[in-house]
Amino acid sequence: MREVAIVAFGQSDHRRDSAEVSEVEMLMPVLHEVLDAVGLRAGEIDFTCSGSSDYLAGRAFSFTMALDGVGAWPPISESHVEMDGAWALYEAWTRLLTGEAETALVYSYGKSSPGDLREVLTRQLDPYYVAPLWPDSVSLAALQAQALLDAEDAEDSGADERALAAVAARSRTAAEDNPHAQVTGSPPPEALLNEPYLVRPLRRHDCPPVGDGAAAVVLAAGDTARRLCRRPAWIRGMDHRTEAHSLGVRDLTRSPSTRLAAERAGAFEAPVDLAELHAPFTSQELILRRELGLGEGVRVNPSGGALAANPMMAAGLIRLGEAAAAIHRGAADRALAHATSGPCLQQNLVAVLEGDVL
Amino acid sequence: MTPAPSPEVLQAPLVVEFPFTRSLGPVQSAFLTGLRERTVLGVRTTDGRVLMPPVEYDPVTADELSDLVEVAPTGTVTTWAWNPSPRRGQPLDTPFAWVLVRLDGADTALLHALDAPGPDAVRTGMRVRIRWAGERVGAITDIACFEPYDGAEGGEAVPHSGEFTDPVTGIVAPARLDYTYAPGRAQSRYLKALADRTTRGERCPSCRKVYVPPRGACPTCGVATDEQVEVGPRGTVTTFCIVNIKARNLDIEVPYVYAHIALDGAGLALHGRVGGIPYDQVRMGLRVEPVWSEDSRYPDHYRPTGEPDADYDTYKELL
Repeated sequence: MREVAIVAFGQSDHRRDSAEVSEVEMLMPVLHEVLDAVGLRAGEIDFTCSGSSDYLAGRAFSFTMALDGVGAWPPISESHVEMDGAWALYEAWTRLLTGEAETALVYSYGKSSPGDLREVLTRQLDPYYVAPLWPDSVSLAALQAQALLDAEDAEDSGADERALAAVAARSRTAAEDNPHAQVTGSPPPEALLNEPYLVRPLRRHDCPPVGDGAAAVVLAAGDTARRLCRRPAWIRGMDHRTEAHSLGVRDLTRSPSTRLAAERAGAFEAPVDLAELHAPFTSQELILRRELGLGEGVRVNPSGGALAANPMMAAGLIRLGEAAAAIHRGAADRALAHATSGPCLQQNLVAVLEGDVL
Repeated sequence: MTPAPSPEVLQAPLVVEFPFTRSLGPVQSAFLTGLRERTVLGVRTTDGRVLMPPVEYDPVTADELSDLVEVAPTGTVTTWAWNPSPRRGQPLDTPFAWVLVRLDGADTALLHALDAPGPDAVRTGMRVRIRWAGERVGAITDIACFEPYDGAEGGEAVPHSGEFTDPVTGIVAPARLDYTYAPGRAQSRYLKALADRTTRGERCPSCRKVYVPPRGACPTCGVATDEQVEVGPRGTVTTFCIVNIKARNLDIEVPYVYAHIALDGAGLALHGRVGGIPYDQVRMGLRVEPVWSEDSRYPDHYRPTGEPDADYDTYKELL
């Protein structure tokens, strides 16, 4: 199989509100950052793929405006997914695997600030039985968290409210080293447990910040990747799987789609030393860790993860980018990156990245 | 290049509202009609499980499903979440618990609300029953909510024909989302200038083209545009069409001319209506200027200036 690597990654400083810039104005510095990193101009990229959602902006075809930022004239080869940019990266990866392109630019962005995100996300639910009840995204995650706390094996998985608080504290403390993070620093877990519930059993620290942000990566194949990057982050495998849309059909304490995607991506063939998990809620990290079999020796979300910055449609791509960047700088040799989309970990993507042995 | 001052950001409310009208297949129609009649239907899978709410295809095997069964209006909470501040559109306007409930006779759970005095009154495994809405129309909201229940457990699911008189075949699900629209730096500047009756474009630092209205980026070079350039007010019609269909709520007599107009100094044409001249005398190269109606924040239309027509070579690149 053709070798394909992430050769550059960039992201914006994620913020609660970025009203002073349009989507393309927010995105463009990030695009330039990754293109500059590999010394390419927009017109020299073979394939461009993006991820975003009209529902965040409240405008139809809002992604077409962002195309101004990639120089879409003269015409370019371009595609868009109406979901997290991690899936745009998957599309670009397959395009490079076919040999149709040598390089690809993948970007995604989301501004949650114009609307009420918890209400906006209800529109992705089953329109007959669920969406008319307007269950917001935090409440659905809370149902999943309670299921985890109540599960017969809760003791084995270590799922209690203190464990959730520990995930929050660890993530936001780690984010102190991430200049792009929206929320950094945390009181110790014991102190967090004194906070009131937002939607029980979730407290505010169990939930991701709502914010605006963008991310971009450059993919390249084979020798082109070696030429553009000192230590490319080779994509050894990538797979994504989905589960039934009805929440009441699923065992919310498990994520079989994550496990299957990881298996197909080759994640279990050798241990990883770093994992970037897209777990917007603390309880979801516990679920993902178990499905992925991540032991104590694996560094999980040294970036702070989605609990430190969760720009919709970009947070999953950022997990791939952060994992790749760790390989670029020699801080990891074999990393796992995970992205999720939909309520309660409905869809999951797993990629395995490796750096050449130096 | 004059770096422009950081403009005050424009913002405006934006409401997106739509009554989604959806048709129902046989299974969903039976289920929602059943709710109207206080009858709860599930569907039996080929391997014997009962899915409730029912779906037309088995999420595990993808088999088409049509074997309807009636389940009890009583059930067990499989997980819950206490919602202290109900939001617009949610089933109850007092604090309540979101619950997944497995009704007696069913193997899967339904999402809904549970009316309970507080979180301490809710637990996984508690027994609940449906509280029906007073007025039922054939929608998931015909279940007003669940309420605690300490009576006997319902029995097994029993076969049901799914036939009702006057079945519900569709639902109307109104949706409304409220936004605060902010057009960003470039468009804010453009709109503010326009309110002062000037038209401002932005020049690309790379190809030198002047974009109007500016969006902050040059779509050819993919770089930020920042240099402010006042264009117009006069311009040239580069191409046009004659509109013969009267738009609803638009107080303009047909036929009228809608044109691409390249304002002097602009690197591309913008859209505008051409007035003050019979529609069949509008032509490429016609020189026009904006006409502002009172209090208007943008030109109402463009009218001929009386100048000689522009030479084709001066605007052929802007077509």
